[in-house]
Amino acid sequence: MPQSAEKIKDHSTLFNEPEYKQLMENKKQFEGCHPQEAIDQQAAYINTWEYREKNFAREALTVNPAKACQPLGAVFAGAGFERTLSFNHGSQGCTAYFRSHLTRHFKEPCSAVSTSMTEDAAVFGGLQNMIDGLNNAYHVYKPKMIAVSTTCIAEVIGDDLNAFIRNAREKGSIPEDFPVAYAHTPSFVGSHIVGYDAMVKAVLTTFWEGRERKAGTAINIIPGFDGYAVGNNRELKRILNEMGVEYTILSDVSDVFDTPTDGTFRMFDGGTKLDDVAAALDAKATFGLQKYCSDKSLEYAASKGQDVAAFHYPLGVGATDEFLVKLSAITGKAIPESLERERGRLVDAMADSNAWIHGKTFSVYGDPDFVYGMTRFLLEMGAEPIHLLSTNGGKEWAAEMDTLLKSSPYGVKGQVWAGKDLWHMRSLLATEPSEFLIGNSYGKYLERDLGIPLIRLTFPIFDRHHHHRFPVLGYQGGLAVLRTILDKILDVLDVETAKTGISYDLVR
Amino acid sequence: MTVDVKAERKALIEEVLKEYPEKTAKKRAKHLNVYEEGKPDCGVKSNVKSIPGVMTVRGCAYAGAKGVVWGPVKDMVHVSHGPVGCGHYSWSQRRNYSTGITGVNSWVTMQVTSDFQEKDIVFGGDKKLDKLINEIETLFPLNNGVSVMSECPIGLIGDDIEAVAKKKAKEIGKVVAPVRCEGFRGVSQSLGHHIANDVMRDYVVDKAADKPFEGTPYDVVIVGDYNIGGDAWASRILLEEMGLRVIAQWSGDASVAEMERGSKAKLNLIHCYRSMNYICRHMEEKYGIPWMEYNFFGPSQIAKSLRAIAEQFDDKIKDGAERVIAKYQPMADAILAKYKPRLEGKRIMLYVGGLRPRHVADAYGDLGMEVIGTGYEFAHGDDYQRTTKYVKDGTLIYDDVSEFELEKFIERLQPDLVGSGIKEKYGTQKMGVPFRQLHSWDYSGPYHGYDGFAIFARDMDLAVNSPVWGLTKAPWKAA
Repeated sequence: MPQSAEKIKDHSTLFNEPEYKQLMENKKQFEGCHPQEAIDQQAAYINTWEYREKNFAREALTVNPAKACQPLGAVFAGAGFERTLSFNHGSQGCTAYFRSHLTRHFKEPCSAVSTSMTEDAAVFGGLQNMIDGLNNAYHVYKPKMIAVSTTCIAEVIGDDLNAFIRNAREKGSIPEDFPVAYAHTPSFVGSHIVGYDAMVKAVLTTFWEGRERKAGTAINIIPGFDGYAVGNNRELKRILNEMGVEYTILSDVSDVFDTPTDGTFRMFDGGTKLDDVAAALDAKATFGLQKYCSDKSLEYAASKGQDVAAFHYPLGVGATDEFLVKLSAITGKAIPESLERERGRLVDAMADSNAWIHGKTFSVYGDPDFVYGMTRFLLEMGAEPIHLLSTNGGKEWAAEMDTLLKSSPYGVKGQVWAGKDLWHMRSLLATEPSEFLIGNSYGKYLERDLGIPLIRLTFPIFDRHHHHRFPVLGYQGGLAVLRTILDKILDVLDVETAKTGISYDLVR
Repeated sequence: MTVDVKAERKALIEEVLKEYPEKTAKKRAKHLNVYEEGKPDCGVKSNVKSIPGVMTVRGCAYAGAKGVVWGPVKDMVHVSHGPVGCGHYSWSQRRNYSTGITGVNSWVTMQVTSDFQEKDIVFGGDKKLDKLINEIETLFPLNNGVSVMSECPIGLIGDDIEAVAKKKAKEIGKVVAPVRCEGFRGVSQSLGHHIANDVMRDYVVDKAADKPFEGTPYDVVIVGDYNIGGDAWASRILLEEMGLRVIAQWSGDASVAEMERGSKAKLNLIHCYRSMNYICRHMEEKYGIPWMEYNFFGPSQIAKSLRAIAEQFDDKIKDGAERVIAKYQPMADAILAKYKPRLEGKRIMLYVGGLRPRHVADAYGDLGMEVIGTGYEFAHGDDYQRTTKYVKDGTLIYDDVSEFELEKFIERLQPDLVGSGIKEKYGTQKMGVPFRQLHSWDYSGPYHGYDGFAIFARDMDLAVNSPVWGLTKAPWKAA
């Protein structure tokens, strides 16, 4: 008997016991399996160039795409404002999914409600659901703002949020002056990064429209959809404080996705103050830390007379330099000595570790700005990017990536894959492997199938804990990224060299 | 249960309802109750629409059909048909274990989608679906079938996936199952289960009824076990040891061949009644196969179930059941000796899907723990009737509980443990209350069978008795 009270075996070991191996072997006779030979043949075949070509010939099928849908981004963005309740107009299952998805990454509760549209709403429209939904949400959760986004059903039947919300106000379900930001976020257009942008713009519109801008000196920063937002936003604030810049972070989830365990459940916590959102109209400039998460928001800020600048997830030395220089140029604040020293420490660390990273090959996938920022940092370390893939990256991104790769002699092997999925990535890595893969938890299947070690550095990270609590942006974040990569390289080296004992060195 | 406690819990319900607008309070009142011993059901309404704007825990028909029933069938490619999100959020989230090689002869942990774009909404997706199935055949030739899991837009834009499925099934000579599980259908995951069952009936079981199969008098099918963390395996081992032959698992670690064998069993054994009773009833009506519910949570229920199952067979199996119980009971006793003293008297609140809010109660009972509140996301009336066999007088009952209600109930009743889902986990823990996820087994399991009970007991102990719960108050704040 495999189980005992002394040593309880769970799923991770129990099924390796002979009793269960026997059970699974015996079960095969009932499974109608293909002959082992056919399975072995196919298992080998999917690693070939021929299969890669077939795989890339796909036109209708998507397999393991590294992207989610718009309303997820809208829910994430909405969560970053003071006492703001994200509210999806559509089927309730969507909302359950968004909440679960964000919770599995942050290991934090994620609150959002739905208008629970069902078949009758599909026929007659979701107006009554909106009226009841806003009324209930307003009374039960006592939010300061409701952030409405849509899921498929509402978009397909063409529900008009503006009219519906106006109607709800007239019916008295929410007070006339209660702020409701709303964004149409069809899941069949773009991805979560577009939905993020749409919701940020909606919030800005809610507070900025119809008001006169008095140009000030502060800076707005839109961090973008970022699984590391908890650590990153705090790091960002530290940097800005260090520089003495006045700032408003537009959608700051760093508190709501990092509340303490002290006996109280905080459904809402922190977030950008609504007064600050209103005042942000007067800012001198708005920065988007992730260009592809802030296209429309920046366009809107620019239309109000603000300077705008977009970055690609400033990770590593050069990108952080650029961000600080731009910040300094716009605000007139000097970059302080303290940050310069931090910069020097990152460069110091890179020099210390250089020998282990230089010339190593990496493939990277994720949202377009992450892949850009990560690739740029790899180039700075003399690492060689191989396959750079973004399912939700487009032609513009691909062109930017090409330019980036051409800017460094270490970029020559880099190939850019816009709009491709992780099954494409599988073929790429099977035929033209890199030594390491940088991505998120979904990459673990590639790691297992192809034996390429995975380094988790972007959302979602479901199967490791607490990464999001530590920054990856800025010079300090660069240290964390460097250490994470280096740990993996050296762990792999130790495992490999332990096999013979040769080169299993104490000092590396 | 003293009258006082019952009155207190009733007052708590009233208090919580006061926070709602009147119309909503009136609706919600019908879903909350304190159980009165001797009543034939729990006295709550169920399986009705959730209220807009109130944070329901429920999901949708797609989640029930793809996530629960069809998704675990390992040698089929399950296409999330529509935009990218549904398939993405349900990708590899349910821990329904299976054997096989991913992408070669098993697709359980893959996200396959038609990734609808605006043009697909405007012009329809049937052609894309047709083409996509060809591409599946090219890239995944060892698949034994394809399921088309409809997302919301499919039913709204008038696509005819049934026609496409029929055409493609003929072309590829495999099962192509169109599942109309659009998220707006029904009021929860539950209708998705039903729709999924119906498609299995029409596209798999009945179609394969004439396929030859050499049966034995001891053939059973495990129905409604999704092999979460290996549950079905930990159940199968017991059934096989008592002398039965498990000819199929529905649908954890299942293959198409196993699903096709639905009409061949001597007895269907159903664990999750809610999600698969439909197909059992069909097989009873059409093929005369009897079915029975069983419960493999905790040694009391396991022994009871093994004996009840054996009753349906001859002495060989009856002896087999006694042999199995005799073999495993000492291990179960050792587990109880180890953990019961640490868990005795602890109070637990449950809120899960359609089975576990009652099915796990006696496993907690075995450990000396008491269920003080329980409720279902998507149960029907018959589930609440069955629940009466498990709950005690005065148990707080909540159907389709809102996160708001659940939080208030937990805050007031201060249970020693809450068993619910991922969305409830962290909020509860912030309140200083230990928690275990009872959908995914909190990344543990199996919890079924004797082997599973050992893990269940260990996990409840590590949750309830973690030293971390003694640290939630800063010493300078501790009252």
